[in-house]
Amino acid sequence: MEPVAQQIPLEHFLALSAILFSLGVYGVLTRRNAVLILMSVELMLNAASINMVAFAAYASPEKFTGMIFAVFIITIAAAEVGLALAIILRIFRNLGTANVDEVDELKW
Amino acid sequence: MTVAQVIFYVVAALAVAGGLGVVLAKHAVYAALFLIVALIAVAGVYILLASEFLALVQILIYAGAVTVLLLFALMLTRTSDLPEAMTGAQWPVAGLVAALLGGAIIATVTTSDWPGDEDGMITRVPFDDLGSALFQQWAVPFEIASLVLFVALVGAIVLAREDEPEEEGE
Repeated sequence: MEPVAQQIPLEHFLALSAILFSLGVYGVLTRRNAVLILMSVELMLNAASINMVAFAAYASPEKFTGMIFAVFIITIAAAEVGLALAIILRIFRNLGTANVDEVDELKW
Repeated sequence: MTVAQVIFYVVAALAVAGGLGVVLAKHAVYAALFLIVALIAVAGVYILLASEFLALVQILIYAGAVTVLLLFALMLTRTSDLPEAMTGAQWPVAGLVAALLGGAIIATVTTSDWPGDEDGMITRVPFDDLGSALFQQWAVPFEIASLVLFVALVGAIVLAREDEPEEEGE
């Protein structure tokens, strides 16, 4: 484990992750298509992973728990995408739309 | 400015531009392509954080598999919407909420005191250390993750299958 001089403050990584997360929030709130909402969720998951890896690299390099967490985040994200796309496909087949504002079977 | 700083700002700008494309693109397929840009830029951020393994996994699984899956979903659900109908009417409120959230997080980040940020020194974690930690210290979560993947895969197949077992029985 050799130290590497980067001269990039930890805050810059955290700020990048905050910007990506806000973009993801905006996408989730505005997009109508369920697949596009899923893409915005991926952005938010990536922002969280950047946070984890940055903290692992700067704050506790001897344990690197954050990197392990990022590996698990990627794994769970893969499972989540597969399952969510199956659900979207099912909704599209039953209701003929993938727009979340048109799937209003639960209200009358 | 050192080389690492220049690369960081280029990669960060690419990630933010890709993210903007994902949430603002008029076409769903363009949004997916912008997502690939953002994910590869995030892989570059991982390399700057000296975790090459995560960068490789990011490109293989996210930029490769997940985006292909998303593109397939777009193809199968055939979004024939007009491009201007891709976003709801609530976008001003959503923009305000997202800007407030991002501003609050950035304000907190810049005013807080973080450990180990004086000289920007980070420690590179070798592949074999990461692997032995994953398979020894984190073995139980690793096995649970494989179970989650298995259940998700079976669930996806069951959900997405055409349901006509009655005709097959006769």
